[in-house]
Amino acid sequence: MTQAALAFDAISVRYGAVTAVDAVTAQIPSGAMTAIVGPNGAGKSTLLKAALGVVAPQSGQALFFGQALDAVREKVAYMPQRASVDWDFPIRVIDVVLMGMQRQLGLLRPVRAADRAFAMDCLARVAMTDFAKRQIGALSGGQQQRVFLARALAQRAALYLLDEPFAGVDAKTEAAIVTVLQALRDEGAAVVAVHHDLATVPEWFDRVLLLNRKLIAAGPVAETFTPDLLRQTYGGQLPPQKVA
Amino acid sequence: MGADFVVLSLVPMAIAVLAAMACALPGNFLLLRRQAMMGDMMAHSVLPGLILAFLLTGQVAGWAMFAGAGAAALVSALMVEAIVRLGRVDPGAAMGMTFTTMFAAGVLLLELTGASGVHIDVEHALYGNLESLIWLDASGWASVIDPAALRGLPPELGQLALVVALLALLMRVFWRVLVMASFDAGHAAVMGLPVALISLGVVAATAMASVAAFTAVGSILTIAMLICPPAAARLLTNRLGVQVWLSLLLAALSAILGYVLAGYGPFWLGMSASVSAAGMIAVVSGVMLGLAALFGPHRKAG
Repeated sequence: MTQAALAFDAISVRYGAVTAVDAVTAQIPSGAMTAIVGPNGAGKSTLLKAALGVVAPQSGQALFFGQALDAVREKVAYMPQRASVDWDFPIRVIDVVLMGMQRQLGLLRPVRAADRAFAMDCLARVAMTDFAKRQIGALSGGQQQRVFLARALAQRAALYLLDEPFAGVDAKTEAAIVTVLQALRDEGAAVVAVHHDLATVPEWFDRVLLLNRKLIAAGPVAETFTPDLLRQTYGGQLPPQKVA
Repeated sequence: MGADFVVLSLVPMAIAVLAAMACALPGNFLLLRRQAMMGDMMAHSVLPGLILAFLLTGQVAGWAMFAGAGAAALVSALMVEAIVRLGRVDPGAAMGMTFTTMFAAGVLLLELTGASGVHIDVEHALYGNLESLIWLDASGWASVIDPAALRGLPPELGQLALVVALLALLMRVFWRVLVMASFDAGHAAVMGLPVALISLGVVAATAMASVAAFTAVGSILTIAMLICPPAAARLLTNRLGVQVWLSLLLAALSAILGYVLAGYGPFWLGMSASVSAAGMIAVVSGVMLGLAALFGPHRKAG
């Protein structure tokens, strides 16, 4: 296997007495879309956050393109859950997208016309150009999600880690996000998304990582997204009609 | 607007304006980060530090008081952190416990040591001593350019001017990362920003503003200025940069308006004595917030 875009190496996370993620080891390749799937409380978001250092892992580590995150930060884009921020914040859409370019902008460099134009390009890819000057609170949930994706695009990363990008969005947003993510994959990027809707996994994703605190299985959808492994992942919680 | 005004009112008004602006600056970020309680905490917790500094040095003004209050602010921040970690309560509750304890300890210190008989008392801790910060060396407007008279200015004026300038400079330099970390700390952390250090910076800036304002204007006005002008400004605009400028304007406006109303308002109502300037300024800022809440163009998102 060539160098993995992201390698989880025995990552464990504990919240008090509760083990949220239990010694997960897995590899995420470039040029593929990987879904992280599992029941509520399976530690899907926590696994991403632990890999990124947003929460401190109890043990284990994550390697990005074979290196520690600090060495390759500019190649890693992270899109948190939409509900994790205050959308009443007094800021415009374009300013949120420009946050994705912080590593180029630094502390004091003024935002130039070229930076603004690039941010507008990112908004165009998610069909949000008309909203550039709106306050973010004035957007619908799906539009907010697309702004978050545009901010991730502005990083020009090689690895995109998305926490529930499809949660509570409209059909138009869903289609827009899938199109963008597939284009990123086709350009050779690694795309990882925490995902809830099992029905769309085979259609949208190439690989799947089944998680229920422990890793159940990881691999190509055809081999890994099987009724047996899904039953193992979900235990009794899986509605039967959802099993392929 | 003659010599009397320069001697008696000019400096207290200027100090009130500067104290209000010093507090409004970090207040904008407290508000956005939903840490408004931090203002209450800082404005109350500094009291025991001020009293200890007074007992050690015998001075009521100056840098010793500043250092004592700063130390108390630091101690209280550490106490909150410890209570959150060990007591498993949320930060708001931890702050509530800390500032009431610190303020009560300050009041006890005052009574036990007899410091209250000399220069500081509980009333000063609440309302400050704005009206006593007069400029005895001044003889009229000409004193504003007279070096000898300027040397006689109360030290609070220079301290506050310095604090406002420093806070404004820091906010300008770190503006972009402050906004990023306040809006989405998780994303900012992954981008490589030191979000814990930025949080600490906001706390430190709040402490600095509170300490500088406290000795001059007391705890009530300090709390009011940390929150009311930014909260009112937020209701008037959806742009953060505009919000900060508006908060400074509203802070200055409430300071001037409140000072004038405290001095002359009671006479207009036929009463003989003036009322506490700090109290009136806080009331004016509260009224402004009320008006913004009723009539502001951006009361709802969008």
